[in-house]
Amino acid sequence: MIFLSSPHQHGGNTIQLTMFSVIIALIPAAMVSVYLYGWLAVFLLTTCIGISLLTEYWMLRWMGKPTKPVWDGSAGLTGLLLALTLPAAVPWWMAIFAAVFAIILGKQLYGGLGHNPFNPALAARVVLLISFPLHMTSWIVPMHMDATLNMYDFVTSLQFFFLGPDAVKQTWDAITMASPLGYLKTELGQGVTVSQALVNYNYSTLHAFIGREAGSLGEGSALALLMGGIWLMARHTISWHIPISYIATVAMFAWVFNMINPDVYAPPLFHVLAGGLILCAFFMATDPVSSPSSSIGKIVFGIGCGVLTWVIRTYGNYPEGAMFAVVLMNMVTPLIDYYVRPRVYGYKRGKKA
Amino acid sequence: MFDLWDKVQQVLHINTPRGFTGGIVHQNQYKITGGDSIVASPLPDMLVHPIKQHIGDPCEPIVNVGERVLKGQMIAKAQGYLSVPIHASTSGVVEKIEKHLIPHPSGLGLTSISIKPDGLDEVDESLHPLPNYRSVDIVELRERIRHAGLAGLGGAVFPTFVKLVHDQKHPIETVILNGIECEPWLTCDHQLMIEKAHEIITGLDIVMYLVDAKQGIIAIEDNKPDAVTVMRKTLKDMGLTDTVEVKVLPTRYPQGGEKQLIQAITGKEIPAGGLPLHIGVISSNVGTSKAIYDAVCLGEPLTERIITVSGDAVPKAVNMSVRLGTSVRFLLAQVGVTGFDDIKIIHGGPMMGELMVDADVPVVKASNGILAMHKQSIMRAHHDEEPCIRCGDCGEVCPAGLMPNLLAQHCKEDQFERAQDYNLFDCIECGACSYVCPSHIPLVHYFRYGKGQVAQIQREKAFAEESRMRSEKRDARLAKELAEKEEKRRIAKEKKEARAKALADKQAAEDATLSVEAENANENADKGVAKAVDKSEEAS
Repeated sequence: MIFLSSPHQHGGNTIQLTMFSVIIALIPAAMVSVYLYGWLAVFLLTTCIGISLLTEYWMLRWMGKPTKPVWDGSAGLTGLLLALTLPAAVPWWMAIFAAVFAIILGKQLYGGLGHNPFNPALAARVVLLISFPLHMTSWIVPMHMDATLNMYDFVTSLQFFFLGPDAVKQTWDAITMASPLGYLKTELGQGVTVSQALVNYNYSTLHAFIGREAGSLGEGSALALLMGGIWLMARHTISWHIPISYIATVAMFAWVFNMINPDVYAPPLFHVLAGGLILCAFFMATDPVSSPSSSIGKIVFGIGCGVLTWVIRTYGNYPEGAMFAVVLMNMVTPLIDYYVRPRVYGYKRGKKA
Repeated sequence: MFDLWDKVQQVLHINTPRGFTGGIVHQNQYKITGGDSIVASPLPDMLVHPIKQHIGDPCEPIVNVGERVLKGQMIAKAQGYLSVPIHASTSGVVEKIEKHLIPHPSGLGLTSISIKPDGLDEVDESLHPLPNYRSVDIVELRERIRHAGLAGLGGAVFPTFVKLVHDQKHPIETVILNGIECEPWLTCDHQLMIEKAHEIITGLDIVMYLVDAKQGIIAIEDNKPDAVTVMRKTLKDMGLTDTVEVKVLPTRYPQGGEKQLIQAITGKEIPAGGLPLHIGVISSNVGTSKAIYDAVCLGEPLTERIITVSGDAVPKAVNMSVRLGTSVRFLLAQVGVTGFDDIKIIHGGPMMGELMVDADVPVVKASNGILAMHKQSIMRAHHDEEPCIRCGDCGEVCPAGLMPNLLAQHCKEDQFERAQDYNLFDCIECGACSYVCPSHIPLVHYFRYGKGQVAQIQREKAFAEESRMRSEKRDARLAKELAEKEEKRRIAKEKKEARAKALADKQAAEDATLSVEAENANENADKGVAKAVDKSEEAS
């Protein structure tokens, strides 16, 4: 007989439940992306999710492991997250490459679920950004603006997705625009003040909040992301520690420096709503596998992400730093887990057994 | 009345317990026997008393096979300080004293005294009642509590008398009565508080008298409002409202753990390696309190206790008053469980209880519940282990503030030094971490394994150390003997040499004129020394 140790009752939470809750929480953001980028968003989402699942299946089969974990939701979630971080300009082969990379090099080679040091989706995204900077920093004009590329048209979108802009008789310049962060970076480089640059860009905080600015598929709408994120926090699927400390740190830095010199440093609200910060804070940095497990460690992690994000955005070469920040902090996770531990009952803080 | 005022207090944080770290909410889960009156279990045809039913040293039987014993008669006496005696729970004849299965997951046995009841239930009246306990010397009261075999009935069975010390260095201010009962399914304390409120409070008063405490607190979770009402009413009737108060705590597991309860009520933590009395608190289970009353005011030793017999395979769950030594099979037959093919039996609650390998185990002092569960429902909790996704839920619910996922990983990989660095031995095995784990990792199982292995390693180390010391002693002894021998030899040699020299000198003096002869004599003397050395070597 097998020896069974107490407890003999279980709360009923499963990996599958956790993963599918996150997938459900991302549905609003995915829907906004379809509204903004039409069929291109649909193609990217299906490609990334489908290829992730297929790669996971083949990888597990090839390694002679049981293939049941394909359905635990983690591979699907990786695909979905990956798609939401990609710009709509990404062609089919790049999406496939990213999904395959995320699953094989980001996850399975380390030993599968629970062993990856980086968030697989983010790792793949970083590789794409460094390898194909043109596609990864070209932001297609969303549909509600005067988009020259009709992404609500299935055939046009399909041609663009597979053959590129030439197939639909367009040039990159005609169909793309700068994201608020990228625009600000360029303008600041030319000596324009922050407020002037934002006016030139026609930036609106409200538009950034409800998701009408150009950007990657899923990062546009803070509203949709917050809906999902707060639902996850209410369900205790993710804890508040990482998102709150992360966003608060970015806002704090932005606020302090904006007070010092408002001409060079962007205001806090702009930083919080711009780029992938909210997506990263609620869905990427909270990836349980690659973030610390103790609450206090999570706060340290969140603060680290916040500092790095702000520093990269302000002083780095890249306009957006959220994803680099999270990947960099992923590397520090084991260290945080080792040094930052909760206080054990009956001990004074800092004192070990 | 209860709901409103307590809710207001909780919301406004007035006079409320401060809670404890971590924990999970079961909220009344499966407490199907809550409010069911206690029924007495009938007399079984055999009562089995294992000789160790408490934490500490096992007892020594003091009866012989074939001897007739009375109910309440001591049948095994305490051995050592941390030990309490065991009493017969009915009158009858000692049938055998041999190994019998005990409620332990290993399925191993322990020497037990089996008594065949004669059905007369004759009581041994050697302990006279002490209803006016306040006029009795505390030393005598404490001895009485020890003599009556009292050990914590909440499940830990720590000898009660040990806690009841009136120590000048650590004056006890607060006595906490634990009526939390946070395990799902179990309701024995709940019902006991409703039916025996007077006895419980008197027991508390005895404890407060013993340790000279000023304040008594009865802690009850808010899922037992009827018990709160009864206890408060009884307190008023007894006129003890000045010193004793009932505190209602929000339902949360493992609030019934001593450390957690004390933290929740006083906000203080028991220092690592310390005892509650170090922060001026002692706590005791309500069942123990009632048993103290029985032992002191009625002169009855601990021979029966209240047990919840429940579980999803039980057709008619009950709270039962059971004689210690009754077999679990007999108990389950009372509630309609006869076939055991598809059933697993848990001794205790589902969170910390142990799975029994057999139904033929006796009820002991630690038994607060017997649960008969369908195999499927148990197996659902023991789902196949999946990889850890490091979600950290386990750490969030850990009442000890540990990092269970990392700790389990170290235990699993046999890195016990690391595990100890992560405070392995501060785990209280409450099971909250395993309960919330989405990957169904049996974390507590790994901790138990780790603790067992570390204990084993320490035993081996101690043994090795002892052997090393022994061998070092032997070496030292041999070296000393050798040195002594050498010394003797040296002295003998010196003496011989001196003698030879003296002889030579003498001869030289005698034959000073003949140098050739003198030389011969010298040679002889040398030979003599060589011979002497040879001889002494032979001797050694």
